[in-house]
Amino acid sequence: MKRRTFLKGTMAGGVIAVAAGAGLLKPTQVMAASWPKKAFSAKAIPDAIKALYGSSNTASHKGIKINAPLQAENGGLVPIKITANIAKVESIAMLVSKNFRPLATSIDLFGAKGFYRANLKMRKSSDLVAVVKAGGKLYKKSHKIKVTVGGCGG
Amino acid sequence: MARTIVLKTKSARGTTEILTRVAHPMETGLRVDKKTKKKIPEHYIEKLTIELNGKKLAEANLGPAASKNPTVGVKVSSAKAKKGSKIKISWSDNKGEKGSKEATI
Repeated sequence: MKRRTFLKGTMAGGVIAVAAGAGLLKPTQVMAASWPKKAFSAKAIPDAIKALYGSSNTASHKGIKINAPLQAENGGLVPIKITANIAKVESIAMLVSKNFRPLATSIDLFGAKGFYRANLKMRKSSDLVAVVKAGGKLYKKSHKIKVTVGGCGG
Repeated sequence: MARTIVLKTKSARGTTEILTRVAHPMETGLRVDKKTKKKIPEHYIEKLTIELNGKKLAEANLGPAASKNPTVGVKVSSAKAKKGSKIKISWSDNKGEKGSKEATI
């Protein structure tokens, strides 16, 4: 048991060191904003939203539409489309409530329409939560997705 | 290592969708190698930027929960993304790997 935790520890440390090393070696990366590490490692949805957008106060909005399957046969690839008919959409995030780290992806939009399409991994049947930031406010909508791991229906 | 980037655009009713897919394993760090019984280290894309005519259009943050070979799609009004407009996709991952691709609509 001790050996196992030791291995785990060294490996995790190694990954961080590699990431830090890469960052140090290439300080002038094309990407301006840094990747929100804290938001992506959060274990609960409100924490993730707070780490990403600075607040976890969300309201519901009729303009958010989630286009996703009710039942996903393969939890490794769940196609999701989010459309937000709200003025001034700044950012859209997708979270999966029962994943170990709920925040799956987020996108900042600069002049693009309120739309985001991505394929996600889902550990098991749970809610997909879409968070839309528009005009400085946060809006949320969730959608239940059933994941059949074996892909044999159910 | 070069990873393939697929870039497509689709126009309908005044809206153009820019759809891109990067060939990438997107390891979560939770999977275990069956032979060595060790965990496969995390390896995923963190940032994916879409530029239109040299201007940043969207910047996506991806995490380990994005699927393998992640797809990212955004929409713009067709007035902005005309025929001949240039699109540039660039990405970088948690191991410092990166890549980019340019295309014309």
